[in-house]
Amino acid sequence: MTQTSDVRNVIIIGSGPAGLTAAIYTARANLAPLLIEGEPSSTSDQPGGQLMLTTEVENFPGWPDGIMGPELMARFREQALRFGTEVITRKVSRVDLSSQPFGVWVGDPDTPEPTYRARSIIVSTGAQSLMLGLPEEDRLLGHGLSTCATCDGFFFRDHDIAVVGGGDSAVEEALFLTKFARSVTIVHRRDELRASKIMQDRAFANDKIRFAWNSTVVAIAGEQTVEGVTLRDTVTGEERELAVSGLFVAIGHKPNTDLFKGQLQLEDNGYLVTHDGTRTDVDGVFACGDVQDHVYRQAITAAGSGCMAAIDCERWLEAQGEH
Amino acid sequence: MADNISTLTDATFDEQIGSASEPVIVDFWAEWCGPCKMIAPILGEIADEQAGKLSVAKLNVDDNPDTARRYGVMSIPTMIVFKDGQEAARIVGAKGKGQLLEDLRPFL
Repeated sequence: MTQTSDVRNVIIIGSGPAGLTAAIYTARANLAPLLIEGEPSSTSDQPGGQLMLTTEVENFPGWPDGIMGPELMARFREQALRFGTEVITRKVSRVDLSSQPFGVWVGDPDTPEPTYRARSIIVSTGAQSLMLGLPEEDRLLGHGLSTCATCDGFFFRDHDIAVVGGGDSAVEEALFLTKFARSVTIVHRRDELRASKIMQDRAFANDKIRFAWNSTVVAIAGEQTVEGVTLRDTVTGEERELAVSGLFVAIGHKPNTDLFKGQLQLEDNGYLVTHDGTRTDVDGVFACGDVQDHVYRQAITAAGSGCMAAIDCERWLEAQGEH
Repeated sequence: MADNISTLTDATFDEQIGSASEPVIVDFWAEWCGPCKMIAPILGEIADEQAGKLSVAKLNVDDNPDTARRYGVMSIPTMIVFKDGQEAARIVGAKGKGQLLEDLRPFL
């Protein structure tokens, strides 16, 4: 019983740099976008996206002195609201892309009727931090085990702690944590970092940072709080204990594509497939930002692809003669 | 920010929590914590909607490190529910309103 009046032009799912840029552009194009921004959480899957869990962003053009990640995202959001974006702070629980108009559910996914309907959808659900997959993680998360250095670093003043990972985000977290910790050990499964040259140089120059090369974390010790980790040498298989009271995990990301499994084409690694700009394999569904990009994964590239998705979407709606 | 949220300090914590007649949820937060800022408006709404059943208080961990340390807060946001002056539940990490209300159901 779909009435044309309650069918939206476009629904944007996700509110990182990609989703908010798509909102700014579609709002300025008078498409009255509905942005479903997600719900707060302490992992990276949350309103504002991964930048909400970072500190200083030094490489976003236009901010020569740097800007705090959460503040940058607050400004993106403000700009989207200024042009009339409607924002809902809920999580999408289900989508139906099998017929027009598309259906989007928030709350109970089993209700027969979708909560919202739209002619087009822009997917910008991003990616979130991977965890180690150890059974003790659930018990110790928030009790010495953390995915958010900026949130929890403060509590490790003069402690010995470890960061797992070898990419930019791991090194960035380690450097940030040296402000508080007595020592920070970067645990990495290879014998060299994947991080950019400038971050590597900073890490090697910092005398609070140590390295556990060719090592993976195979267990975390501690009942109430983290007391240490067991490292396994990836070459020799040898195991050893490292006494730390904090463990920060920064080992990479997985795309937030569970909602779209079986409905949109995914790559083998789970990322959405796009073609001809930001088109997915379903006509009228566009994707932008980290959910479709495992190569660049920057705020500025996400924002750029959000703009592309908005323009692709606007032209598509025009071609349908609906707008 | 809602008027229904009271502000606790190291100096006032014991007295205010000890004398509360209804359960109190205390939000341990700090200015630099992004997820803390996201849940602040949700806690404001809960304070308004649950007035009389549950009160909401906040404690800045930067300014009041003693209380945060005493309760072993190692991650923020952490929300601790106190009933009759005793810790009755602990919620670690930011959550959406629905999930938060679910966790608080025993106290509402």
